[in-house]
Amino acid sequence: MNESPGSIRDYIRPKKLQPTVFWRIAEDIPRPLNTALVITSIGAPLLLWWLVTTFGNIDPKFLPSPAKVMEAFGRLWSTRELLKDTVASLWRVGVGFILAAAFSIPIGVLMGSFASIRALLEPLFGLMRYMPAPAFIPLLILYLGIGEEPKITLIFIGVFFFNSLMVMDTVKFVSKDLIEATYILGGDRKQALLQVIFPHVLPGIIDACRINLAAAWQLVIVSELIAATEGLGRRISVAGRFLRTDEIFVGLIVIGVIGLSFDLFFQYLLRVSCKWTTQKR
Amino acid sequence: MYLQITNLNKDFQTKNGTLVVLKDINMTIKEGEFICAVGASGSGKSTLLRQIAGLDKPTSGELRIDGELITGPGPDRGMVFQHYTLYPWMNVQENTEFGLKLQGVPKKVRREQASYYLSVVGLANFAKSLPKELSGGMKQRAAIARALASEPKVLLMDEPFGALDIHTKESMHEFMLDLWKRTKITIFMITHDVEEAVFLSNRIYALGARPGTVRKEITIKLPDRTHSVKRHSIFHDYRDELMELLRKHGQEAVAVAA
Ligand SMILES: Nc1ncnc2c1ncn2[C@@H]1O[C@H](COP(=O)(O)OP(=O)(O)OP(=O)(O)O)[C@@H](O)[C@H]1O
Ligand SMILES: [Mg+2]
Repeated sequence: MNESPGSIRDYIRPKKLQPTVFWRIAEDIPRPLNTALVITSIGAPLLLWWLVTTFGNIDPKFLPSPAKVMEAFGRLWSTRELLKDTVASLWRVGVGFILAAAFSIPIGVLMGSFASIRALLEPLFGLMRYMPAPAFIPLLILYLGIGEEPKITLIFIGVFFFNSLMVMDTVKFVSKDLIEATYILGGDRKQALLQVIFPHVLPGIIDACRINLAAAWQLVIVSELIAATEGLGRRISVAGRFLRTDEIFVGLIVIGVIGLSFDLFFQYLLRVSCKWTTQKR
Repeated sequence: MYLQITNLNKDFQTKNGTLVVLKDINMTIKEGEFICAVGASGSGKSTLLRQIAGLDKPTSGELRIDGELITGPGPDRGMVFQHYTLYPWMNVQENTEFGLKLQGVPKKVRREQASYYLSVVGLANFAKSLPKELSGGMKQRAAIARALASEPKVLLMDEPFGALDIHTKESMHEFMLDLWKRTKITIFMITHDVEEAVFLSNRIYALGARPGTVRKEITIKLPDRTHSVKRHSIFHDYRDELMELLRKHGQEAVAVAA
């Protein structure tokens, strides 16, 4: 039967899965290889930077060497300017983000749980989400002046709508069976909300917050480019004006490292608080 | 205790018009009975159980438990679902206690109660395990312990062993009979497995499909309830009769659906 003309076997081109370590899909790689790749990821660009600035003939005003940047870092650190800038930026992000999280998490859970609240808020939030937060800056300056309030409000606007909608989406993954099981066990709606839905979506909430904190961190820098007396964004724009490229690099690196630490912190939080959800692929 | 279902009808409104899922269901379940309802897939078994549990309202007819109209879910009816519904972030002990916690039972009392029922279902050593660490059979036993912990008047089960392999299923059958003898609880179980129904129950309601109606009510009298009874001719007679019923009404259902 297989030999009959026009058999499907004539069309099939056999393939073989070649053994590999590097290209295995959805599987772990050996630890040493992992470590080597992680080091390469950071080390290679650094090395390239060092090579280009050492052996290439490049104006330090255009691209300062790693050593120069370290020097600038030491200078800014010793005058305590860097610390002051960092604290100012962190404070703005902290207040704006915590306020936004405090409102958006409960609202998102309510929107996800109740079709009524979803119908009431989702159209508005969906619209607001597509208005870029920095576009509000002129209005915020008009309404709130140039102090801390407009900066914190900017972060609030930039985080609140996104976070509400992302938290709302996580509630979709709570199975209806689990809620109904709760009613049958004698629970009421409030208990289902607080003792079943909330713990179930907690990992999703932490993840949404992790992603939106990155947005908040970007917005604080943007807000400081406009009007501020201190802050990391302010540091970069001033350094730019005086062509102090090494200080721009210091600012950028500090911003990156702090952002990465936030991210790692949230990943850690997720791992320790929600052990039940870590599944092997 | 008794459960009374009178002239129950259930329709669903769908894109293709009204779908009659349950039609003229009448059932009586008395204290201490082990009742099975068998029917083909799609005959409305889960829908029927949802009405009893109070998760859904009938289109017409009524359901009463101890004479009282069922209007919503409540802890007087325990339920084990077709799919696994343990809370994944709670360990087995916390899952078993959860119903009592929802009803405000003090911590110490509910801890003891849960431990007792975990030992009844043979999971005492797994109290600290998370659901994902349990096998399918263990998950359903934990779900049974959780349902029993509130000491419901009736235990409702929706194809609880449908996803288990034949050997696990057989040991769960022995477990159910033993549990039933020891706790004297009333059980209403739904299944599509005819042998399972004959082996376990006192009485069987055979459901036809589309719409789901009671085709026949059969009282089961077996000489004993060990696995050897499955070779007995009485067992075969019951099984063949039910298979024939389901086959006949199953084919009608396919014809209607086509
Ligand atoms: N909410 C609903 N809306 C519309 N139709 C529904 C709804 N729930 C169930 N049905 C329909 O009712 C019929 C019976 O469904 P049900 O789940 O009760 O069957 P079942 O006997 O439990 O099947 P299975 O053995 O596969 O679990 C099906 O045709 C299904 O499509
Ligand atoms: Mg079903």
